[in-house]
Amino acid sequence: MRSAVVVFPGSNCDRDAASALARVTGQQPHMLWHADTDVPDVDLIVLPGGFSYGDYLRTGAMAARSPIMREVVSRAGQGVRVLGICNGFQVLCESGLLPGVLFRNEKLQFICKHVPLKVENNDTDFTRLYEKGQDVTMPVAHGEGNYFAEPDIIKKIEDQGQVVFRYADNPNGSTNDIAGLVNEKGNVLGLMPHPERVSEPLHGGRDGAAMFVSLFKNI
Amino acid sequence: MTAQPQKSDINPEIARLIAEHNMTHDEYGILLGILGREPTEAEFGVVAAMWSEHCSYKSTRVWLKTLPTTGKQVIMGPGENAGVIDIGDGQAAVFKMESHNHPSFIEPYQGAATGVGGILRDVFTMGARPIASLNSLRFGDPSHPKTRSLLAGVVAGIGGYGNCVGVPTVSGETTFHKSYNGNILVNAMTVGLAQADRIFTSKATGVGNAIVYVGSKTGRDGIKGATMASGEFNEAAESQRPTVQVGDPFTEKLLIEACLEMMETEAVVAIQDMGAAGLTSSAVEMASKGGLGIELDLDKVPLRAPEMSAYEIMLSESQERMLFVLKPGHEEEAAAIFSKWELDFSVIGKLTDTGRLVCQRGGRVEIDIKVDPLVESSPVYNRPYELTLPQPILKAEDYPIPDGETPLSILKKMIGTADLCSRRWIWEQYDCHVGANTAQASGGGDAGVVRVHGTNKGLAMSVDCTPRYCGADPAVGGAQAVAETFRNICAVGAKPLAVTDNMNFGNPEKPHIMGQFVGAIEGIRDACVALDYPVVSGNCSLYNETDGQPILPTPAIGGVGLLEDVTKAMSFNFKADGETIILIGESKGAIGQSLYLRDVYAKEEGAPPPVHLIAERRNGKFIRQMINDRQITACHDVSDGGLLVALGEMALAGKRGCQIDSVTQDSGFWFGEDQARYIITASDVDAVISAAKEAGVPYMILGLTGGDSLCLGEECVKVEWLADIHESWMPSYMEDATRE
Repeated sequence: MRSAVVVFPGSNCDRDAASALARVTGQQPHMLWHADTDVPDVDLIVLPGGFSYGDYLRTGAMAARSPIMREVVSRAGQGVRVLGICNGFQVLCESGLLPGVLFRNEKLQFICKHVPLKVENNDTDFTRLYEKGQDVTMPVAHGEGNYFAEPDIIKKIEDQGQVVFRYADNPNGSTNDIAGLVNEKGNVLGLMPHPERVSEPLHGGRDGAAMFVSLFKNI
Repeated sequence: MTAQPQKSDINPEIARLIAEHNMTHDEYGILLGILGREPTEAEFGVVAAMWSEHCSYKSTRVWLKTLPTTGKQVIMGPGENAGVIDIGDGQAAVFKMESHNHPSFIEPYQGAATGVGGILRDVFTMGARPIASLNSLRFGDPSHPKTRSLLAGVVAGIGGYGNCVGVPTVSGETTFHKSYNGNILVNAMTVGLAQADRIFTSKATGVGNAIVYVGSKTGRDGIKGATMASGEFNEAAESQRPTVQVGDPFTEKLLIEACLEMMETEAVVAIQDMGAAGLTSSAVEMASKGGLGIELDLDKVPLRAPEMSAYEIMLSESQERMLFVLKPGHEEEAAAIFSKWELDFSVIGKLTDTGRLVCQRGGRVEIDIKVDPLVESSPVYNRPYELTLPQPILKAEDYPIPDGETPLSILKKMIGTADLCSRRWIWEQYDCHVGANTAQASGGGDAGVVRVHGTNKGLAMSVDCTPRYCGADPAVGGAQAVAETFRNICAVGAKPLAVTDNMNFGNPEKPHIMGQFVGAIEGIRDACVALDYPVVSGNCSLYNETDGQPILPTPAIGGVGLLEDVTKAMSFNFKADGETIILIGESKGAIGQSLYLRDVYAKEEGAPPPVHLIAERRNGKFIRQMINDRQITACHDVSDGGLLVALGEMALAGKRGCQIDSVTQDSGFWFGEDQARYIITASDVDAVISAAKEAGVPYMILGLTGGDSLCLGEECVKVEWLADIHESWMPSYMEDATRE
């Protein structure tokens, strides 16, 4: 599996994502700068966490309009897997690759904690190594992770099984406890929890490692 | 040096400047002597800032010099932006703690945020990537009308800045006391990682080399911040809000990446961040350390408001700015890096051989001062001091568990008080995992532990101080603060290496306050010497008084230690049922200044617990050995609240109970705050005991882990109930704020 991690000004989980990928795949991913317009031939593109462009506008809004994202959107259309973690999820929503939007947390505070999640859909390249219904724990660290979409869109993504992870104890007010979802084709996943932060024994849990291994084994 | 100017000789304009800048007439006389003429307004501002307490350490320097600052682990001690220690394999840890007290009281969010920004810059200026932050926070009494909003603002500000730049906040402390009602304390510490042979300093060399300005544009924020921080507060403090800087963590993040990228090239001669007193102190610092002159064209400084005067440009404390000295011919290389990171970049001057700081603005020379005399004549005061009188040693039997109460019923109350309740509400607002190297953060172990990226080593870090001890006996309190960081670092299995200090005191012109400072320094010195734990960096914050009311003396100490194997990092939660709980260290029932005395008898009295440095060193070494040998399964230091509170915390963290054999009603045993103690758990108890005997370490078997309740003999309390009490105080206190 050839992979790449996009670096926006203000990304701060780019190295963490790269380390997690390198550990699983045995090779360093390409690091793509936001101003790049050339994306190498890869199977997976990761949009990492952080505060792209400071998130001084809506979170992810500036990044979604960066030169690199035009390429990412076009590759996603060709079936390349795209994984957006935290700020990356916000960028995916802002760029239209995923439906909905992420509001400020219900309590209007940044929240950093390990949260229990349920794997709702293991029929994606991102989650095949999880069991359907499996309880996993991953950390969240965000101020704006409150997922919202209009009721008809929520109904559609629920009906089509696009919800991949659901909070067991909703930390931010997300509609239907949605923590992560895929697009209709199943090749773009966005989630607020950080799988790369539970990907080795040091992290006190390895529930995120299965996502990187799933991708590695399935692509 | 010069004839003393008579007050009557001074023109009204100069008199106004003197008063506005907290300068004394004597100091003005020295300035006249250096210049040989009256200063311009810009010169006046530059000199007043350089000679302010905040920049010059004029009241404290004679005492700070007495601290131990060397050791084989020390690569660079105080004097640069941060201290540097050797952590093996050619790597170095770079760290410092700094206060942002006055600004945080006036504008809590921005004050705290820019405090974090400032300390981060001190660390990456040295060539280190920041890998962890900590903080030490003091607020007024919870019932004070300002406390809630200050707490909310400070925590949001620290999180807002640290989370965005992507440096995990892994540990800290927060306490409340009425002496901070008018002066909260916000001390921020950052630890960075560097190659030991790639440390950068501010020493400028090479006449003709370009001076380069990088980062945010210069605005009017923070002008005179350094002089503000060098005076007492009064009720009009809020009118100083415009002197508080505004932070931009996004630009800081870009600056970190750009500077570290620059430092990988061969272009950099020297680098200095613009902190307190902005361009003034960074330019003077660079010139003075290099023994050179500096010529600045202030018209080239990127400005937010184009009409800013020389005075304003030189004294602006706008954040996220750096000054570089580049090797000749490297300007283009630097420009390419900074334009990639979309940062302002401007060659604003050059190094000269004149030894003068010369600044022009709009074709006029506004500043022309010899640098050396400015630095050398910086006033140093050996201020008169009165040492704090010792307090009587209190006996625990005079303060028994009151009738109708039991140790457990008192634990239930204490664990839900402002000072002992869970800090989850605070630490959950800080990203503690970013970087994916955090092995242990708040609530996990006694110290934060962060892996050294790409290795199996870990750095352990902790910030500590017990101000009520320092108030009663500054020397014991100073030593205790050092000893507690030492203990917290040992408790996670790391070897303590060095400390940074943040000396927060009242007005040093008052002899009893100066006496507190002198006492605290003495205690810190003794402890650092005895524990081979030198001071490598530090910061002083004086004049923490409002309307004449000083804070408790608060010499916060930040310690850093090394774990050879990060996978051995020890936490304090009970891990399994049936493990033996052992108390390490001696318990004599030190009740003076204890939280028990305060919470049960409403007294803040007596001598603080004595600090036995030999016992600290011996017990700490034993604990480290037990952790390294994987002989123990949990470890927690016994501090605020004493033995029973520490046991409660271990049960709470493990969501697991314990059966304690002793049913004594001795308040000193359960709630005394004797030092040099740890509680550990072990499955192979014989091995631990024989090792303790061999090491000459006092020990006592307390009981066994297990069950869902914490039991002293027959009396039990469910851990779940304790958790409710422990967790609810702060969220409900803060929820009241949103209802207000």
